[in-house]
Amino acid sequence: MTGRKLIMTFPVTADSHTLAAYRARGGYATIEKAVRGMRPDEVTKEVAASGLLGHGGAAFPAGRKWGVIKLNDEQPHYLCANADEGEPGTFKDRWILENAPHLLIEGMLIAAFALQVRHAFVYIRGEFDLPYRRIAGAVDEAYAAGWLGAPIAGSAFACDIVVYRGAGSYVCGEASGLLTSLEGRKGYPRNRPPRLTVRGLYQLPTVVNNVETLANIPGIVRDGAATFRSVGTAKSPGTQLISISGHVRKPGVYEVEYGYPFAKFLHDDCGGVLGGGKLKCVIPGGISTKVLTAAEIEPLTLDHASVAAAGSGLGSGGMVVIAEGTCMVRLLQVLVRFYHHESCGQCTPCREGMGWLHKIVDRIVAGEGELDDIDRLIAISHANDGTTICGMGDAAGYATVGILAKYRDEFEHWIVHGRSRHGGRLEAVGAEWALPETVDG
Amino acid sequence: MKSLHAEFDALRRRFPPGFEPSLVLPCLRRIQEERGHVADADIDDLVAYLRVPRIRIEEVLSYYTQFRRAPIGRFHLQVCRNVACSMRGAEGVVAQIDERLGIAPGETTEDGRCTLSTVECLGSCGTAPVVVVNETYHENLTPERLDALIEGLAR
Repeated sequence: MTGRKLIMTFPVTADSHTLAAYRARGGYATIEKAVRGMRPDEVTKEVAASGLLGHGGAAFPAGRKWGVIKLNDEQPHYLCANADEGEPGTFKDRWILENAPHLLIEGMLIAAFALQVRHAFVYIRGEFDLPYRRIAGAVDEAYAAGWLGAPIAGSAFACDIVVYRGAGSYVCGEASGLLTSLEGRKGYPRNRPPRLTVRGLYQLPTVVNNVETLANIPGIVRDGAATFRSVGTAKSPGTQLISISGHVRKPGVYEVEYGYPFAKFLHDDCGGVLGGGKLKCVIPGGISTKVLTAAEIEPLTLDHASVAAAGSGLGSGGMVVIAEGTCMVRLLQVLVRFYHHESCGQCTPCREGMGWLHKIVDRIVAGEGELDDIDRLIAISHANDGTTICGMGDAAGYATVGILAKYRDEFEHWIVHGRSRHGGRLEAVGAEWALPETVDG
Repeated sequence: MKSLHAEFDALRRRFPPGFEPSLVLPCLRRIQEERGHVADADIDDLVAYLRVPRIRIEEVLSYYTQFRRAPIGRFHLQVCRNVACSMRGAEGVVAQIDERLGIAPGETTEDGRCTLSTVECLGSCGTAPVVVVNETYHENLTPERLDALIEGLAR
């Protein structure tokens, strides 16, 4: 067990995602409670008091973001659920979309009531198939049952939700890029200020919240901020959905109470390292967070303060487990290839820098690297830091510098000897993909 | 595609007033579902229907990885090769498809049935490795299950 649970509180069955099942679990009672007995600003106050941190990666306090919206400014406000889950290693919003889509919708309705939003959106990545069908189906069910598009509980409050599909772009997961994409354009991020809560979608005040953040809202408003704060730690209240993958015996999505010990999580709950090998290192919160060696991460607890003190972050909760014997040069090659592929091209340091990182690591892997290349990679990473509109260039730099700082010797070995110290291995020992004999016909 | 205009009209009614430019992505997605790619004539038609400058459609088509301007095979095999999938055999998946169908990434079989692409993270890290065939995810692949999948497509 990974501590108390707030989201994954029910057994997943063939129909646990339906409206009927959600109603049977007490669903949509909290939006009724809110519109009947609370003022919009009281809802925001409760969310702020809960200390709920955004689950998209930056851990920004959700209540503070909502607090920027001025309720009586006589212009439309918009709400957008960020379901553009694309940070490699992260697949927890997918769990909510597939298994608890009505929890997201109720969270959006409560947020829309608090922020006086008439039109809300779910921006979902274009590749997601089942998650799209589940959330779109749930929105249809909610319309048919009168939860969407019609006044709720005899009040004047009504809200519409449109599910909007992306078409393949990592950068659209960044909130401003997402809104530009939702305006039907290429997903270029925007400079701040102004904040999106001041000028967002079509230049109007917009709140963009991660799916998991919104899924926490019904529980907070139902049970109160104090109950929510009784879970987790003082600085990280509540839980986090952790997606764990890579060299781990039982990969998947686990809801972990903040403050839960990492070692117990990996070795007991997740079955330990795949193939029975030793732990080499872990990327703790999506590939844009710095890698932590086994010695660094084993004593940590899973909460923001603990992981930040070790020099990394829990980010989006995308945890990648890496076993001894894995080649960190090849691993970095996969990461920089991804960043190069996904750079939107708007800012010069990222557009050029990602290509340089990729080319240099490719050159090392081809046996044509120079020892100076290591410092070149670090210099390019630093040149990206803080010089671009969105955080992607910075993130690629953190990932690169993180690996080079701890595994520089593997890069030197490849450059000097023309080959990997670990045979270029990315798969776990004993768990390799083995091509079967050709089938005739 | 004029045949889709009624659907586009219905879509437009779901958005608030002033959101017409937002229809570019959903309309293009729908056109591609219908035709398999987006043709020049589709762009002409959408420019007239949405009354947006042509560049607003062209830039979207060239920016997003899922849009195609030319036809591909009937089955589009998309193999994730990001970090978690690489650690669970993605390179083996690509090699096995090449071995069985004779296509490298970016290529289509001679009979026009199968096109192979490599793609970035699909959110299947916990169920890696994955191949998406058209829209459908095939996860937790093993060499045996991949062979069965390939055989099913060739039939």
